Amino acid sequence: MAVAATDLLLEASGISKTYGAVVALRSASLAVRPGEVHALMGANGAGKSTLVKILTGAVRPDSGRIAVSGLERTAHSPAEARRSGLVSVYQEPALIPDLDIRSNLRLADTPIEAFRHWLGELGLGGLDLSSVARQLPLASLRIIDLARALAIEPDVLMLDEMTAALPANLTERVLDVVGRQRGGDRSVIFISHRMIEIAAVCDRATVLREGETVGVVDVTERSEDRIVELMLGQIVEAVPSEAGGRAAHARRAADVTPRLAARSLSSGTKLEDVSFELYPGEVLGVVALDGQGQDELFDILSGSQRPSGGELLVDGSTVSFGHPADAIRAGLVYVAADRAEALLMQRSVAENIALPFTTRIRRWGLIDLGAERRRVAGAVETLQIDARAGGEVRRLSGGNQQKVTIARWVAGGVQTMLCFDPTRGIDIRTKSQIYVLLRDLAAASAAVLLYTSELKEVQLVCDRAIVIFGGRVVAEIDAADADEPALLRAAYNLRSDAALPEAVVAGSVAERASAAEVQQAAAPADTSPPEGDVGRLPGDEG
Amino acid sequence: MSAATGTVDGVRGRPVDELVAWTRRNGWNLSLLAILVVLLVFTKMINSNYGVSSIQGLAISVLPLALAAGAQAICVIGGGIDLSIGSMMALTSVVAASQMKGQGEEFGVAVVLGVLLLGLVLGAINGGVIVVTRVPDIVVTLAMAFVWGGAALLVLKTPAGGSAQWLKDLVLGPAGVEWIPKATVVLLVVVAVVWMPLRRSKVGLSIYAIGSNQLAAFRSGVSVGRTKVIAYALTGLFSASAGLSLTASTGIGNPVPGPYTLMSVAAVVLGGVSLAGGRGGVFGPIIGVLILVLIQNDMAFLSLDPNLALVSQGLILIGVVMFGSLIQWRRSRR
Repeated sequence: MAVAATDLLLEASGISKTYGAVVALRSASLAVRPGEVHALMGANGAGKSTLVKILTGAVRPDSGRIAVSGLERTAHSPAEARRSGLVSVYQEPALIPDLDIRSNLRLADTPIEAFRHWLGELGLGGLDLSSVARQLPLASLRIIDLARALAIEPDVLMLDEMTAALPANLTERVLDVVGRQRGGDRSVIFISHRMIEIAAVCDRATVLREGETVGVVDVTERSEDRIVELMLGQIVEAVPSEAGGRAAHARRAADVTPRLAARSLSSGTKLEDVSFELYPGEVLGVVALDGQGQDELFDILSGSQRPSGGELLVDGSTVSFGHPADAIRAGLVYVAADRAEALLMQRSVAENIALPFTTRIRRWGLIDLGAERRRVAGAVETLQIDARAGGEVRRLSGGNQQKVTIARWVAGGVQTMLCFDPTRGIDIRTKSQIYVLLRDLAAASAAVLLYTSELKEVQLVCDRAIVIFGGRVVAEIDAADADEPALLRAAYNLRSDAALPEAVVAGSVAERASAAEVQQAAAPADTSPPEGDVGRLPGDEG
Repeated sequence: MSAATGTVDGVRGRPVDELVAWTRRNGWNLSLLAILVVLLVFTKMINSNYGVSSIQGLAISVLPLALAAGAQAICVIGGGIDLSIGSMMALTSVVAASQMKGQGEEFGVAVVLGVLLLGLVLGAINGGVIVVTRVPDIVVTLAMAFVWGGAALLVLKTPAGGSAQWLKDLVLGPAGVEWIPKATVVLLVVVAVVWMPLRRSKVGLSIYAIGSNQLAAFRSGVSVGRTKVIAYALTGLFSASAGLSLTASTGIGNPVPGPYTLMSVAAVVLGGVSLAGGRGGVFGPIIGVLILVLIQNDMAFLSLDPNLALVSQGLILIGVVMFGSLIQWRRSRR
């Protein structure tokens, strides 16, 4: 037998998988050496998740072979894959929501001492094992899931977007623990959209594109461009960065009525005093660290929640939304980060796009199917939705799902679009398509409010940005001045001359939340300290 | 896996905190118990003759229904529902009655064991069909209700048969103290022997797991199909013991199913078991059965139209569940 094969801890080759007409994997291969952290990269829909599911036995491949330590094997369930040394931490925690942590551990035969050890390493040492999983915050669940996987000492550990829902200091701990796996006998397969993390912990990267392995790259400082190139396949036209020009254009004469104006909006203890004006024809960015009240702000604007104080004006007149339908009627439409909140996952692309405007136009009576088809086709075209799997939205990739949520509003003609981190977890190509679309909307004199956790999006898309900290607007910055350091300082509510906290590295805002804040986010929900402390940095009183 | 893992505790709270936590966890059952006590007091108030013999009668009439509720609770916790419980009770009851008639006492023991095994098999068939065909639980068990019901009529055309004397003696009459009916003791023993160890076992955890989140259970290494079959088999076992209790208390086997299936669903809902699966236990539904039966009795004592009793039973069911959700909602907001 080939000698080379035994050098590899895990070798998969020629893996293919189709779901009906949709090809998820064409010919994927992956070779992992012992003691390496191996990145699995690819745009959304490239087949990363399918490959991981196949490796862990959750999905059966149509063809291909998988060998662990040189021995060929096929797993038919996660339990079987686990016995051959492959364990995955999935994007959604695999903990039983109604059982306490101790029972969850027992269910998966996890050695409890080892689990406690890893939990400590990962910064959650104080966890009460009798807490019910349902009552813990997502970040804690993901850490518990990881500690559970580490405790059984798998040969190959697969981490699928492990850091996506984590605050900064937990992310740091996770990266630290993952990095320490290097050089031993065990390996880690690491999936992340964040290049910095890849650069920080990975030795090599396998890049997938459209279900095929298109390259394996040694990760060095200069490999980022190469990886992006491989992922994209073709060069995506860069969004013109003309922030300076836009900022000037955005300055308005005093007599223009803002499309949407908030006056001292407040909501419980989360949102204290937020005021801003959003004018037609502009994209206004909203920047904030996690949990500064932006969730409540968007809930209020989209009609899901009533403010406890303040006033909301649309086209100069006061409005009060008791239901999202009221907001939609006033022309305020909402695009959420979580596609599952917005879409009817079992229904078709066409029905999903048509839903909002059929309910609006044809309140009673029959739906004009011809008109519906035309508008849907127009929207699908505008957004370049890959609708091959259009029969059921849940079978589209995340990026295409997000395009559907935007398309449904564009098809009906949009006046004001509220976007809450619309590009979260989406590949670069779809991201830039969404940027172009938002600019086009603004050019057609729609108004767009864009909360983003990626600071560079502000200069790419927005005319200006407001920064929220502790439930208040603490800064308003023109796009021309809104480079990442400036936004970051403002997001931490620091004066412009103050130094950034040392822990801060490049990445998204969510990653950079302060250590103190993060501790609270990670602690079980019922033990978190009073709200007032959230987001305060040490030495930030001045 | 080891039993020791359960005892490696982290930080132990003060006894008072633990008591509070325990009360919180069992809040629903404790409230049901309180309602039950109030109902008993009310019953005594409207009917001063309510005494030992009434309690004995209540215990006997409640036993089959309580076991049926336990049966339903297990498969609902596992994320399913079984509409064939009443039919399985009828089938096991007539099999027991027809086999025991005219036979010796010792043979009765073999019949009882055989019928319990039959229950396990019937349930396992229900579960197996659901897992293999992937037809929804509600459809499969509805269909199997006809199958088992028809089979019961094949065994006995009309109510007939007999019961071993020891089996009757097992459930009829008081257990030593006149206030404690044997039927209640039997109920507690069955639950203690079958349910309590199960709940703490890995199989029990797996049943809760597949009911709570099937995908997470699968990814935690639980065999979802096997666990489902086990859950339905246990439902069959409880149904068989409910069927046996019918034979024991009436002395015959009746091939026509009583209103047990729907009552068991009602009791499960009242007993704090989430129909979405993964939450609750067996004790709540059993207390729920007592409440439902007592309400019926009280309506009779008040000489109200029995049809009105049915109407009020339905309304009470909705009211209680709504009240429960309200409490949960308020707690989650705090």
